[in-house]
Amino acid sequence: MKIKVVVTLKNGVLDPQGKAIQQTLNGMGYSNIQGVRQGKYFDLEIAENDEAKAKVAAEEMCKKLLANLVIEDFKIL
Amino acid sequence: MKSSVIIFPGSNCDRDMDVALKKFGFKNTMVWHNDDKLPKSDLIVLPGGFSYGDYLRCGSIAGKSKIIKSVIDFAQGGGLVLGICNGFQILTETGLLPGVLLQNKNIEFICRNVFIKISDKNNKYFNKINKEILELHIAHNEGNYFCSNDELKEIENNNQIAAYYCDEKGNCDNDSNPNGALKNIAGVLNKEKNVLGMMPHPERMIDKYLSGEDGSIFFKNLLNNLKI
Repeated sequence: MKIKVVVTLKNGVLDPQGKAIQQTLNGMGYSNIQGVRQGKYFDLEIAENDEAKAKVAAEEMCKKLLANLVIEDFKIL
Repeated sequence: MKSSVIIFPGSNCDRDMDVALKKFGFKNTMVWHNDDKLPKSDLIVLPGGFSYGDYLRCGSIAGKSKIIKSVIDFAQGGGLVLGICNGFQILTETGLLPGVLLQNKNIEFICRNVFIKISDKNNKYFNKINKEILELHIAHNEGNYFCSNDELKEIENNNQIAAYYCDEKGNCDNDSNPNGALKNIAGVLNKEKNVLGMMPHPERMIDKYLSGEDGSIFFKNLLNNLKI
């Protein structure tokens, strides 16, 4: 089954790419954009039919590799 | 003294490190990342470069490679492990060193000489070194050292900060900080002081005609400390 994971930078961690994207959007005329944070999205194809078990496996993968918990949070969708 | 340099796919400072180590008297062996055993070594070096194309996060994939288990065991047994640039990134990803290297503050790849001030000499790398400020080269996109406030307090209290970016005279300020690193941190040690990671490349400063010799000072001193 497919498990979707989103990894984002923790609040307070500098995100220069997000900042550059925000400035570009502002420059394009989207003056109402007040902040952009860039993150990562993963589609995990897991050979498992039990959703709960697949999510437990995905969580372990996030903690061990997909996210660096010093600077990132993850969310299993 | 025996050293080993680990080669990952995408490492590109491995041979420079090999030349430097041999120049100052190490008997060096190159070790492939897919090996599982380390040769008998007094020093393991994780070189600079772009292991696995910097996929996911710099150093994250190399941090799970086959040889890394042996490197972690070696470090936990008190062996000396030195990570330069990408090697530093790998060491933070393995958890052997605290913190993480973020993208440079100004989203620029920086390639130039910098000065660093040695902060802690109570370790095999810098003990008895006869120069406080070294001119070394940096070349990185992710060298912006970051850690949580609690971790910062801890590494400050344990004297784990090995070196700070500074100017020629040793002033550490925003102007002498090339990449936005927290508190100008250029290198950190683990609690036991046997693992060192730093962004600057000593192996690029070993020739008085081509570059400068502050890297030579580093390697000569390290070798002397290992002989004691």
